Amino acid sequence: MSGSFRTSSGGRIDRAAPLAFRFDGTTYRGYAGDTLASALLANGVHLLGRSFKYHRPRGLLSAGSDEPNALVEVKRDAARVTPNLRATQVELYEGLDAASQNRWPSLARDAGAMNDLFAPFLPAGFYYKTFMWPAGAWKRFYEPKIRAMAGLGKAPTLPDPDRYTQNYAHCDVLVIGAGPAGIASALAAAATGARVILVDEQAELGGSLLAAPDATIDTQPAIEWLADALAELAAAGVVLMPRTTAFGYFPHNMIALAERVTDHLAAPGPDMPRERLWQVRAGEVVLATGALERPLVFPENDRPGILLADSARIYLTRYGVKPGERAVIFTAGDSGYRTALDLAAGGVAIAAVADLRAAPEGEWPARALAAGIDVRPSTVITGTSGRLRVNGVHLAKVKNGKAGLNEPVACDTVLMSGGWTPSVHLFSQSRGKLTWDETLGAYLPGQSVERERSAGACRGRYGLAAALADGYHAGEQAAAEAMKHPASAALKGAKAPTRSTSRAFGVVATETGTDGFIGATPHGRNPAFAKAFVDWQNDVTAKDIALATREGFRSIEHVKRYTTTGMATDQGKTSNMNALGIVSEQLGQPVPKIGLTTFRPPFTPTTFGIFAGTARGDLFDPVRVTPIHGWAEARGAVFEPVSLWKRALYFPNRGEDMHAAVARECKAVRTGVGIFDASTLGKIEVVGPDAAEFMNRIYTNAWTKLAPGRLRYGVMLREDGFVMDDGVVGRLSSDRFHVTTTTGGAARVLAHMEDYLQTEWPDLDVWLTSTTEQWAVIAVQGPNARAVLEPLVEGIDLSKGAMPNMSVAEGRIAGVPTRLFRLSFAGELGFEVNVPAAHGRAVWEAIFKAGEPFGITPYGTETMHVLRAEKGYIIVGQETDGTAGPDDVNLGWAVGKNKKDFVGKRSLNRAAFFMPDRKQLVGLLTRNPKVVLEEGAQLVADPGAAVPVPMLGHVTSAYMSATLGRSIALAMVKGGRSRIGRTLHVPMPKGAIAVEVVDPVFYDAEGARLDV
Amino acid sequence: MLIITCPWCGERPEIEFVYGGEAHIARPTDPSALSDQEWADFLYNRTNPKGTHAERWRHTHGCGRFFNAVRDTVSDFFVATYKPGEPRPDLSQDDAK
Ligand SMILES: [Zn+2]
Repeated sequence: MSGSFRTSSGGRIDRAAPLAFRFDGTTYRGYAGDTLASALLANGVHLLGRSFKYHRPRGLLSAGSDEPNALVEVKRDAARVTPNLRATQVELYEGLDAASQNRWPSLARDAGAMNDLFAPFLPAGFYYKTFMWPAGAWKRFYEPKIRAMAGLGKAPTLPDPDRYTQNYAHCDVLVIGAGPAGIASALAAAATGARVILVDEQAELGGSLLAAPDATIDTQPAIEWLADALAELAAAGVVLMPRTTAFGYFPHNMIALAERVTDHLAAPGPDMPRERLWQVRAGEVVLATGALERPLVFPENDRPGILLADSARIYLTRYGVKPGERAVIFTAGDSGYRTALDLAAGGVAIAAVADLRAAPEGEWPARALAAGIDVRPSTVITGTSGRLRVNGVHLAKVKNGKAGLNEPVACDTVLMSGGWTPSVHLFSQSRGKLTWDETLGAYLPGQSVERERSAGACRGRYGLAAALADGYHAGEQAAAEAMKHPASAALKGAKAPTRSTSRAFGVVATETGTDGFIGATPHGRNPAFAKAFVDWQNDVTAKDIALATREGFRSIEHVKRYTTTGMATDQGKTSNMNALGIVSEQLGQPVPKIGLTTFRPPFTPTTFGIFAGTARGDLFDPVRVTPIHGWAEARGAVFEPVSLWKRALYFPNRGEDMHAAVARECKAVRTGVGIFDASTLGKIEVVGPDAAEFMNRIYTNAWTKLAPGRLRYGVMLREDGFVMDDGVVGRLSSDRFHVTTTTGGAARVLAHMEDYLQTEWPDLDVWLTSTTEQWAVIAVQGPNARAVLEPLVEGIDLSKGAMPNMSVAEGRIAGVPTRLFRLSFAGELGFEVNVPAAHGRAVWEAIFKAGEPFGITPYGTETMHVLRAEKGYIIVGQETDGTAGPDDVNLGWAVGKNKKDFVGKRSLNRAAFFMPDRKQLVGLLTRNPKVVLEEGAQLVADPGAAVPVPMLGHVTSAYMSATLGRSIALAMVKGGRSRIGRTLHVPMPKGAIAVEVVDPVFYDAEGARLDV
Repeated sequence: MLIITCPWCGERPEIEFVYGGEAHIARPTDPSALSDQEWADFLYNRTNPKGTHAERWRHTHGCGRFFNAVRDTVSDFFVATYKPGEPRPDLSQDDAK
C-alpha cells in the first residue's frame, strides 16, 4: 500500500525519510515523525483492534495517550514483546513490527464477535452476577475463558533482556506538560535563574502548538515561535525531557517520571537503558497537562472511522494524514468547526456539521457557513452503519429533547467533539481538591495540598492566548515560591533577576469557546438495542450505566465498579465525564452531587521493568557471605539461604546425598571432631559502666554476678513476655559484654536494645555496636576439639580446669588475636573461635590443617540442627512462633527469679501463662523409628475422632538421628509435659502416624559429654 | 515519598526512617505494681486518633536515633518533629501564626 491518505505537503513528518513497517504481517510505509497510528491512517487502515467484551471492530479514537482502542503489541524479538501499547504513542522506526490484539483468528474475522450478538445477555454487573456460582468454577472455567477472550494482550514468556535505570533529580520548578502553558511557565521560571525541568509525554515538545497552523505568537507562526522558545529554554539551562511521562504525584512533591529512551529507535545502542525512572523532588510544580477532548455518546459511536474531532485535525496538520475522504462532524462546541475547516482546507469533503446547539454563534460557525459547509443546528447522530469501517450515519433534528426523523448521510469518517475535559489527573493524585465549574461544565483544580499550581487548559483556561498568559504567570509564581523554600539550594542567595521577567505574548488565533456536552445524546431508538459507548476500552454503554442506577447504585464509585466504566487501563480519560453526566441525568441530580472517581498512579500504564530497575537476577537482593564462604564453595558445599546469608547446608562427599552426608557429619562431631562456620551469628558489643545493669534489664537472666571470663546463655523477651531471641553472651570485663544473637535476629535485637536504651533508660551509660561482620566464628566441636586447637593457641590454657564449659578467654590463635569461647550447641566438648573477619579464612584453614590427623570434618547447618535437636536445644523462630513464653520452651531456669524487673517480666504474671493447656516443648518418638515426621504436621489425640478433630499442637523439628539410629522430633503440644509417656497421632494423607511423647532431651541428658 | 525532618540530621526521605508507635507512653517504673488491666493498657491500648498523632520514629538508616513527631493521620503529613524528652509541641500556637 502506498499511503494514499497522505497529503502532498505539510506536517511535522520528514518526507525525506520513508520507513517500512509491518502491522499484522502486512508491510506498509510511513515517514520518520509518524506514530504507528498516523502511519496506519495514512495507509487507510482504521481497523486496529477488537473491543474487550463484545469483540466489536475498533479503530483509533484519539491521537494521544488517552487512546482507549488502538492497543497493539510491538515485537523486536522473541523476548522483546511489549503488549498494550497505544498506537498513538508508538513512534515509527524502520522495521517496526506491530500486531493487533484480542482477535482470533484474524482482525477482520473474529470468532469472539459472537459476543456482540449476545450483548443483551452481557449487561452491567455481568461479571458479578454470572461468575459467582458454582464454587470453583471461577478457577476452572470462567477465568481461563475470560483470559483467552479478553483484550489485554499477552505477556512475553522470556525474561526481559533490556536494562532499566533509576535516577533521582532535584529542581526548583518542575513543569509537567510542554504545550503553550508549560513552555510559558518554563520561560518565566528560567528567567529567574531557577533550576527548571520541563517534561512532556510526547516525542516532540510543543503540545497544541504543533497543530496550530493558523496561529501566530509575537508575529511569528506558532511553530516557529515554539522552536525559538525551546532554543531559549535550552540556552537557559532548562532540562528538556520529551518522551517522559509524569505518571505519579507522590507526597512532598516527589514526582515519578518514566522516560522512554530507546523504544523509538530502530537499532537501540547496547549502552542505553530502555527506560529511566526519574524520582524528582521538586521545590514547586507547575501542572500544564492540558485538556482532553470528550467523545459524544450516541448509538454505534465506536465504529472504525469515528474519531475525536481535534484528533483528526492533529492527524492532518501534524502528520499530513487525512482521516478519510468524506466526514460527518458531530459537535457540541466550536472545536468541530475548527476541524471541519482545517479538514476542508486539506481536501476532505465535509458532508455535514451536526451541532447539538440550537443556535451556534460566533466566528467558527460563521466561517464554516462562509466556506459553504452544511451546518445543521439542533442535530444529532442517531446511529451509524458499516461493519469494519463506518459508511454512513443517520442525522435527526432534536426537538424538545427528542430526536426526530432520521436522514441517512453517507461518509467514511465521523468526527465528534463533546467539548473539553481538563486533565486533572496529576492534581487529583497530589490529593488536591477538585471543584465543579458550572459554566465550563468541568471539574477544575481547587485547593492544593502540595506545592503546585495548574496552568492553562488543565484549569479551564482554554485557548492559546489564555494558556500562554496563565502559564507565564504560574511559572513566575512557582519560581518566587521556590525561592522561599529552604530545599531550593540553587536559589539561596540568588541574584534578583537582571531583567524584568514579565512578558506578554502577542497572540493571533481564533479561540474555540467553551461550549460542550456531558452525558448521552438523544436518539429516539429502543435503548435495549442501541449501543452508545461511554467507555470504549471496557465496552461500557450508556444503557449499562442507566441500568446500574436503576438497580440502585447512586455513588459514582459504586457505578464505576458495577459497570467497570473508567476502570480500564486508560482510567476513563475519555469516559468519566460522560458517565457522570448519564448518572446525573438518570438520578436528576447535578453532577457535583454525584462526585468524581479518584485518579491514581500511573497516569498511563508503566512497565514493570522501570520499577524493578537493576534489582533483578543477582542484584535482586543483597547476598551476605562469610569470610569462609569461598572455602566452602571450593569444598563443594550445598548452600541454603538464611535471611540474606548464604550458609553451607552440608558438605557432600562424592556420590553422597544429603541424608548420607548429614549422617556422616553428625557421627564425626559425636565421635571425633567437626568444624563449622558460625560467622553469621549476630554479634553486639555492649560496653559501658552500666553495661551489666543494661543486660539485667534486657535479658531474663541475671548478669551482675557473671564473672569476667564466663559465658551465659541469655534469653530475651518482648515486653509482652514472649521469647524474642536467644544467644550466648560472654563477659570480657566488668564493663564489656560480647553478645550473640540468632542469625536472622541480629538487626531486630539491636533495634530493640537501642529502643530501650535511647527512650526508656537514657540515663544508662552504655554503648551498643553491631560487630556481626567484624568477627568470623569457627566452631570446633567434638571429643577431639581440644587436641586440634591446643597447638594453635598462645596465651590460653584450654585445660578443663582453666577453661571449663561456658567460659571465654582472650589470646592468639594461629598468630591472630581471638576471643575463644568454650561452648557447644552440639552438646560436646567444643569451642567457638572468634577472630577478626579478615583473618577468618586463614584461621579456618590453619585449624583444618591441624585437624586433619584427627579426621576433622566440615559440617553444615543441617548437621548443626540435628545435633542441637538431639540435645533438645530450641531454635528461636522454629520451636517458638512469637506466642511461646520461656517456660513453654523449658527455659524457665534462665529467668532470674530475684530480679525486680526486666523487659517482659510483668507479662509473665499474666493468667494466660499459667493455663494448663499452654503449648509446651516436648520430644516425639515415632512408633516406627524409620519414619521422620513432617515439620508443621498437626498432633491429635484420636485420629478417628469426629471432625473437626481437636488439634493439640504441631511438630516443630524432625530429623533422622544417626547418633540414636532412629528418627526424633520436637513439638509444641498443649499441656505437653503432662502428656509425656502418652501416645499421640500425626494425621497424614497416607494415614495417622503414632508417636510417643517424651522428654525433649534425647542424648546425654546429664550433660556428661560437655564436662570433659 | 514523605520528607521527614530528623531533629539531628535535618530533612531526609522517608525510606531512611522506621516508625516506632505512639509516643509519650513511658514504661512504668515499677511494672510489678500494676494491675493486669493497667499493664494491658500500657502494652496494647493506643489512642489511634484521626488527626494529629504524637509518635516515635527512628532515623535507622541515618544517625540511628529515636525522636518524636506529630503527624496528621488524615493528610499523612508531619506537623513537627522533636527530640525525646522534649514535650509535645503546643500546636495551637502554630495554628495562630
Ligand atoms: Zn538523624
